[in-house]
Amino acid sequence: MGEFNVHRVRFFDYMPSAIRALAFQPQRERIAVARTDGTVEIFNRADCFFQEKVIPGRQQAATEALAWVGDRLFSAGLNGEIIEYDLDNNKTKYTIDAYGGPIWSITSNKQGTHLAVGCEDGTVKLFEVHEDRIQFERNLAKQKGRIISLSWHPSGSKIVAGMMDVIHIFDTETGKLRALAFPSYDLLGTSRSQECVVWSVVYLSDGTIISGDSAGKVKMWDSRTGTLIKSHQVTKWDVLTLSVSQDETSLAVGTSEGHVVQFQFLSMVLGQEDKEWVRTRTFKNHTHDVRAVLEVNTAIVSGGMDTQFVVRPLLDKIDERGQASALRNIQFPHRRLVSCARKAGLLLFQYPGHLELWRLGESEGNGERKRENTTLSIKRKRWIAYSTVASFRLYRLHCENNNVSIIKVSKLPKVLSSANQICFSSDSSHLFVASTCSSVHVAILNQSGCKFVCTLKPKSGSGQAINLLAASEDGKWLASANSDHEVQIYNLNKMKPHCTVPVHSSGVSAMAIHPTTNNLFMVHADQQLTEYSVEKKQYTDWSRQVQRHGLHSLWLERDTPVTNVTFNPKNPAHIVLHDMYMFCIIDQTLPLPDQRSQFYNQLTLRSMPEKERKKHSHAFKMCKIFKELLFVELMEDQSLVVVERPLMDITAQLPAPVRQKKFAT
Amino acid sequence: MVEESGIRVVRCGGNKISFRAPIISKDSRYEFLLCASGDLVKVFSTSTEECVHVLEGHTGQVTGVILNPTNHLQVYSCSADGTIRLWDFIDGILIKFFLAVSKSVFVSPENFQLVALHLPKVPEQEVEAREMSAVLCNISSNPGSTAMGRGGEYVASVMGRQLTVYFFKKLKTYRFSLKATDKKGAKNAFTCVACHPKDDCIATGHEDGKIRLWRNFNQKKEYTYSTQHWHHDAVGTLCFTTEGMHLLSGGVESVLVQWHCEEVNKKDFLPRLGGAISHICVSPDGQMYSTSHLDNKINIIHCSLKLSAVIQGLVKGNIWTDLMIDPRTRALVMNGRPGHLQFYSLQQDKQLYSLDIVQQEYINQEGLDQFEVMRAAFSVGGTWLATVEERGRCTSDLESSLKLWVYNEKAQSFELNTTITAAHQDRIMHMCFSPSTETTMLVTTAWDNQFKVWLLGLDSDTQKEHASWSCDYVGSYHGLQPTNCCFSSDGSLLAVSFKEVVTIWSSDTWELLTTLCQPPGPIRELCFGRLSCSKYLLGTTAKNLFCWNLLTCSLEWSTPMDVCLLRSDPLSENVVAFSLHSGNTDLFVFRPSEPRPLFTQKAVCGGKVQRCVFSPREEPLDSCDERFQWLNRSRLYFLTELMELLTFSTKAEDERILNSRKQLLVDDSVAVTPFYLLLGKHRQQQEEKQNSGVSQAADRVQPPQASVAIKELLHTPAHVLPAASFLCSMFVNSLLISNTGSRNLQEEKPFSFPLCSGTNGQICWLGM
Repeated sequence: MGEFNVHRVRFFDYMPSAIRALAFQPQRERIAVARTDGTVEIFNRADCFFQEKVIPGRQQAATEALAWVGDRLFSAGLNGEIIEYDLDNNKTKYTIDAYGGPIWSITSNKQGTHLAVGCEDGTVKLFEVHEDRIQFERNLAKQKGRIISLSWHPSGSKIVAGMMDVIHIFDTETGKLRALAFPSYDLLGTSRSQECVVWSVVYLSDGTIISGDSAGKVKMWDSRTGTLIKSHQVTKWDVLTLSVSQDETSLAVGTSEGHVVQFQFLSMVLGQEDKEWVRTRTFKNHTHDVRAVLEVNTAIVSGGMDTQFVVRPLLDKIDERGQASALRNIQFPHRRLVSCARKAGLLLFQYPGHLELWRLGESEGNGERKRENTTLSIKRKRWIAYSTVASFRLYRLHCENNNVSIIKVSKLPKVLSSANQICFSSDSSHLFVASTCSSVHVAILNQSGCKFVCTLKPKSGSGQAINLLAASEDGKWLASANSDHEVQIYNLNKMKPHCTVPVHSSGVSAMAIHPTTNNLFMVHADQQLTEYSVEKKQYTDWSRQVQRHGLHSLWLERDTPVTNVTFNPKNPAHIVLHDMYMFCIIDQTLPLPDQRSQFYNQLTLRSMPEKERKKHSHAFKMCKIFKELLFVELMEDQSLVVVERPLMDITAQLPAPVRQKKFAT
Repeated sequence: MVEESGIRVVRCGGNKISFRAPIISKDSRYEFLLCASGDLVKVFSTSTEECVHVLEGHTGQVTGVILNPTNHLQVYSCSADGTIRLWDFIDGILIKFFLAVSKSVFVSPENFQLVALHLPKVPEQEVEAREMSAVLCNISSNPGSTAMGRGGEYVASVMGRQLTVYFFKKLKTYRFSLKATDKKGAKNAFTCVACHPKDDCIATGHEDGKIRLWRNFNQKKEYTYSTQHWHHDAVGTLCFTTEGMHLLSGGVESVLVQWHCEEVNKKDFLPRLGGAISHICVSPDGQMYSTSHLDNKINIIHCSLKLSAVIQGLVKGNIWTDLMIDPRTRALVMNGRPGHLQFYSLQQDKQLYSLDIVQQEYINQEGLDQFEVMRAAFSVGGTWLATVEERGRCTSDLESSLKLWVYNEKAQSFELNTTITAAHQDRIMHMCFSPSTETTMLVTTAWDNQFKVWLLGLDSDTQKEHASWSCDYVGSYHGLQPTNCCFSSDGSLLAVSFKEVVTIWSSDTWELLTTLCQPPGPIRELCFGRLSCSKYLLGTTAKNLFCWNLLTCSLEWSTPMDVCLLRSDPLSENVVAFSLHSGNTDLFVFRPSEPRPLFTQKAVCGGKVQRCVFSPREEPLDSCDERFQWLNRSRLYFLTELMELLTFSTKAEDERILNSRKQLLVDDSVAVTPFYLLLGKHRQQQEEKQNSGVSQAADRVQPPQASVAIKELLHTPAHVLPAASFLCSMFVNSLLISNTGSRNLQEEKPFSFPLCSGTNGQICWLGM
């Protein structure tokens, strides 16, 4: 397939932050993930766990818990504030102080009418959920000590709170303590002097309360009598989190050893009604504390200090082998964090708080340190643009010999306040800024500065934020994809919407417009490939052929989405894609691989004589020789830039895990 | 085997008792352990470790024992001969026997089936069981991989990577498979299975040491299991306790692990039990566990994990040493547990004790290079024992040491006297003690082309109290490798074979007297004649058997035959030679003085005979048949390729054993209790003794063993003995130093004083 000079880049010290909380929205199958840096991510379970949205946040928020109320997402943190998120525009909607000190937990009742938060001062505060805001309703009977964990009874009339050494049940109607159920949480096996923290409680509809504590025990209590039914010593360290499945037959327990233990509600004698909670499986996918765990119908989702988002499918609930039955381990974001100036050979790395600019070809790097918060930035030729949660900045870049200097462009149009995506046209004359409600602002760049031209709005009127922008090489077309899976194409000459690509069931994870044919090439989260002719407003023949023929099962079984698409300027039939583990060149002139044919066939091809190679070669050329990839781009001079971030380097930066005895040590 | 000749080859004890899982049962007072041992079922008492009964009748290997579920004093046994027998094991009586129609049910070579056999209820003793239905096809031949579930509602069986559960009522089969290869390369094939007695829970053991607990196995998809991992090697066996509170597991580690079913993380251990655990069983009341080990041992363990009794059979692992007879105890001595020598009483079919030679903890793990006892030899009187232990045979760095042990009369056991590390540069091949009574001398030959003579003597340098061994002479012959060495019966001559050459040395001066050479082929075995034939030296090569006359230093006779083993009887002139001929071993008994054999038997056993030994008899036989006279003073034991210990038995002997058995049988018509037998016999013998003359030497202290009463007392199982208080006077009497005059008085009315034991344990004389 040709040879490339490779720039192997390993100086992007991307470090994901630990997962603190998870929440599942069953109707729309969304999973919200809160990280310790304040970021909230939304994953779509139905769409191969694709990371649809990333809502940047502040580290000071110290998010402790997440709660869904219908389609609305709330979080609470140790700064004492409750945050509601604007999921359409990927930002914070509003913040309310609960006035109870740090908040340890937040839960909503099943009816979706109330939120309860557990505060440091020992109060459980009830908030009523209104159309647009939440309103404080009342405090439940104040207790001594902090409220660590909360769980509503499914009926909504009772709420159970886990504290230090004590579990209380409150009546939500009267706000009173409903009989001091567990005067002292019996610490079997631990000394009295040591405090026992009830990290997590679950209230089941049959009146059973399940608690997980710092003594490493999972205990089942009868809430009517306040007696202990059963106690399971799960770990020597802490049980940090519990999650029960929706039908209340399965319980997932996260421990600080990094294990996730499953309990199942099984009848001890087959065919009889008496059931007991029995410890069944243990999943050891984490190396550090499991801070959050979720039972999602067919899988157990867990996250923790080791920053991984692990989806462990429950094979007994899945009917056939396929994408759903594979273990998923999401480590990198499903979007680009690297931007590249292909002609100038510059790389821009996006960190949570700053950007770094590097020049290729020489060993020296130039850091451009900013204190900024996030969102995307793109650079082309002589400009750097970036946007934070609050503001938008544009810089002019001077790069002469070894002197790099940047000059801030001062007078920016007011409309460019904050952006979800930024994109320059290929000749650096235009700047495209994706804004709220799927609209794109267009601005002209020239020597004097930046001038606002117009705003492009989709015909559909979708309110979702744009997560990808792609401009064509000839400056005529602009494509935008939003999290509703809609892809709009705008005509930049007329500054009008051109057409809408038929909606695919899966979100677009990467797309680009071909420089010569002006075909929009899209890769979806479910690994499907589509190519859409912008001029003809229809799928290309190749795309139809792919749909008809189907992709190879090995291609479909990959568990990380493609995050970048580029084209080979020398050979227009070549499309370069990459995901976390491989990069791939698709040759559109070659036939598609058969289901039976060997997919990774480069080695076998190499051993064949020249004539036979043609017969066996197919369109997909895979390369797996690199470590975990963040970015791959083909430069103008046919050299390949590969940004690697080995997982080993990430784990090396994590704190030491709890000590565990390993066999034969 | 050959009946008409009046002599037959019999298996003599040492059967494997850990071949199949034993069972524990209990009558009103005593607990019994029943286990399959060869074609017998043995009943042991768990408290005394004695064999109480032997259930004889099967003609093939007993392949399983199970309690009669309706009567816990009866036992079913099945055997490779195709029969199932029902026994009353308290009395040792066969109640019924069922003839299974198809023999292949029990011994099909590869494809095993689980069948349900209907045992008809008919009054006859011999019943043919015809009704049979296959339950599961293609199951593992190991009975540990099939288990019955709660109340017999289902049966679980494992084979390869598949667990099969069959529900009898619903006639439904569920199969659960594990993935062939795990990502981590785990060997997750099943090894064993056990079912919870109260809950629906199946425990399976795996090759990688994991234990899985399966539940909800009446669902095709929603079955579930939890995994526990402690064993580092394959799980050998699993067993639930009677109430299902605990799960017991064992394997190569030789540790009994007790898992708590309620709290899965909690487990208790009982380590260092012996060889790899092959079976575990639990008594019906849950009080006793038993573990069967691969080294032919059954441990009886109280449920608080305290070892309460050990039943040890003959250990037949790797045998490197010769078979030897301990001159003191007349026990058979050979390799026992790793690093030990076992002393096994052939008369009682019981291990006397195991002597730790290596004195290092044996690590129960495969693939480790650990010290093993390679050679051992006794001096003539049994005072000295020499052992050689080695490590690193496979690798080049050999570590070996020669140890000399002296018998301590006080401690009644061997004590280490001298350790010589690296006695030779290379492996020691052979060693023997000098039979002469004046000097204690040991000769060792090794691959380093030397033979060394070791002498016991006081070390002049260190002025030590006790004598120790040191090297006296190092001999070699033209740089050839010595193989065998042998002393003449008076100890004056030493013969050492160097490849094809036999050298004769004087043991006084260490002067090379003569060499004998009879090519072709190196000398394999070397042996002097005894008694009147002590002037002859016998040697074998791969093709010939030679006999040299040492007076003339010439070849007396030779015969072409492939002798694989040559032994001389220490009590007679007889020499026995085993020769491998077309897959079978033939036996020849001859005297060195005449080349014509006294006795031959073709095809003694299949395969090559590994080891043999002559064991002196306690009482000589008086067989008149000339052909069997060689068996009069000694018995020949030999070990076959299949590690079976065989011996020859004459007709007279068989009859005697039968008679003695009849004597022991209790006749119902007369109320003869074992108690009566004991006391009655004792009385008779005492009377006989008196009649025969009391004037035997009374000055020597009679050791306690000599008393017949004590012997009876000690050898009768405890549960059939009368109360201890009753036996006391007899016991005390037997310990007294007999004074002829007073003895008569006592003996006349031995039981005229009623005896009873006081509450505080003292014995009170109640007076007449």
